[in-house]
Amino acid sequence: MNIVAVTSCPTGIAHTYMAAEALEQAARDAGHALSVETQGAAGAEPLDPAVIAAADAVIFAADVEVRDRERFAGKPTVTAPVKRAIQDAAGLVAEAVRAAEERSDTAPAPSGETAPLDTAPAPATKVTEGAGLGARLRQWLMTGVSYMIPFVAAGGILIALAFMLGGAEVAAKVNGGTFQGRTYEEITDLSALVEQAGYAGVLFKIGAIAFSMLVPILSGFIAYAMADRPGIAPGVVGGLLADAIGAGFLGGLVTGLAAGALVMAISRVKVPRALAGIMPVVVIPLVSCLVIGALVIIVIGQPIASAQQAMTDWLDGLKGANALLLGALLGLMMAFDMGGPVNKVAYTFGLAGLAAGNLTVMAAVMAAGMTPPIALALATVLRPKLFTPAERKAGEAAWLLGASFITEGAIPFAAADPLRVIPSLMAGSAVTGALSMQFAATSRAPHGGIWVIGLIGKPGLYVVALLAGIAVSAACVIAAKHVGRAVPAAASGAAAAEAPAPSERAATVA
Amino acid sequence: MTELITPDLVDLDLKAADRHEAARALAARLAAAGRVTDVEGFLADVRAREEQMPTGIEGGIGIPHARSAHVTAPSLAFGRSADGVDFGAADGPAHLIFLIAAPEGGGPEHMTILAALARRLVHESFKRSLATAPAPGAVVDLINREVIGT
Repeated sequence: MNIVAVTSCPTGIAHTYMAAEALEQAARDAGHALSVETQGAAGAEPLDPAVIAAADAVIFAADVEVRDRERFAGKPTVTAPVKRAIQDAAGLVAEAVRAAEERSDTAPAPSGETAPLDTAPAPATKVTEGAGLGARLRQWLMTGVSYMIPFVAAGGILIALAFMLGGAEVAAKVNGGTFQGRTYEEITDLSALVEQAGYAGVLFKIGAIAFSMLVPILSGFIAYAMADRPGIAPGVVGGLLADAIGAGFLGGLVTGLAAGALVMAISRVKVPRALAGIMPVVVIPLVSCLVIGALVIIVIGQPIASAQQAMTDWLDGLKGANALLLGALLGLMMAFDMGGPVNKVAYTFGLAGLAAGNLTVMAAVMAAGMTPPIALALATVLRPKLFTPAERKAGEAAWLLGASFITEGAIPFAAADPLRVIPSLMAGSAVTGALSMQFAATSRAPHGGIWVIGLIGKPGLYVVALLAGIAVSAACVIAAKHVGRAVPAAASGAAAAEAPAPSERAATVA
Repeated sequence: MTELITPDLVDLDLKAADRHEAARALAARLAAAGRVTDVEGFLADVRAREEQMPTGIEGGIGIPHARSAHVTAPSLAFGRSADGVDFGAADGPAHLIFLIAAPEGGGPEHMTILAALARRLVHESFKRSLATAPAPGAVVDLINREVIGT
């Protein structure tokens, strides 16, 4: 078997060459031909393009960015810290051989897209396996999503349990607000939580706190996937601010990608030696957090608020319009960003209707917010191969989250593949919203989902509206997942989404 | 070009409590030989590299190293420690310690020789010979023969 390798390390005078030698030895011992390009201080002798073309597998034993890695695009790739090549070269060579064999077992990859993640020891994060930008983007997003999913599952199920045990009023009791004509104060002193909202209130609060981390974690770990540990701080800070200005998970995607790109750019800047020591400790965190934070607050914040106001005014003007159309429109808005600014406008419109005694709008809004997670859960069961293992796990929790009107259960899917998932969800939610309005179903509860079915008028037809939207969204998602790309790495059983623990990554950062 | 290593850069009985002391002891030999102009500055560069990621390699090897403006010629100082010095490798302390000093603006020809040295470090026979070399002169001969081919 023919293998090519690239080795590199920060100083470029020791590990680069030790790794090269160790890999050559190990390959010789195992009966393979291996050529190494040492990207070190002695200058890199580039690999002959013909050698690369003939290679069955690629090993990147690199602690710094591999130069010109697009030369290796589409090849089965194994990525490891340079030290691993020194200490376990034989294992790395064996992994490369396995990667090549797995590739030849499956159909040849149509592009770089399905490439190497399945065999890399630290897949979802070190995204650089010679894949195209589209594939890398997907892997960055998937890394963020995989770290976010536990927060979605834990937070969502706790909130659902709170609704089950405490009824829909538990949210109002904890966060303050009006429910069924009774007004509650927000509980700011957590020591009074049990007394004032009961144990259901405790569950709700814990769930709400977990949910408050969705966007920061998503944003932080997208940036981490792109720029390693230095990306985490600006990513998390940007995510927190995106959450604070109500930009939702789409805002988190933007801050994560922006933070990652910014840190990548900063770390490429050549700095004077005296400054180099404080770059990772002071300069990069400071500059990146400042820039991303200012971007969110100054550049993104105001337009989002204005757009929300404009949408609210527009919806107000539609009050007398055709119920079917209004329902469809609210459905589209609910599913667009799942807790983001557009969703919030629709939800607030529902709340305003509720306060004014118009119960049909609230019912349509709630129904349209329930379909996305359930539709995705259904899709993961019907076509598991279309989803990564992490997504399938998220699907298990999504049943309960959807049933409880916790639309956030759909975020892991939407964040990982927004262009396919979001339109599909909008289609189904539009159907549900329109049908709910058409049936004139009503809801006297602003949240709670299926657990407040006792407060729903025409519950039978309401469920019909839900099922119709779920069917539409699930069908659209499955169809869309077939468009434009091969089945993801999940098909080969790869843990593409299982991002490695930060400690494993630590070694490759240095 | 100056030799990579000379007998006065070899310490076959290195006594050091930790890796910083080990680097200091070997750096002092480089300074005495005029290969390092500023021991403190050079050690700061070595420490900066060490803090990025420990340079211990499994099999009892420590390779503190740096490219530094305070280095005049590519150099190797070698220390052998019976007790071992922790260089952060997973399997225990390092018994063979190589302090590699590269000049900051060193051209490719300087680096090539250090690259050749680094490549030899992963060879079992090379490590075994160094572990049992009876005298500094034998270490120098071995390295010159294996690395430079003279």
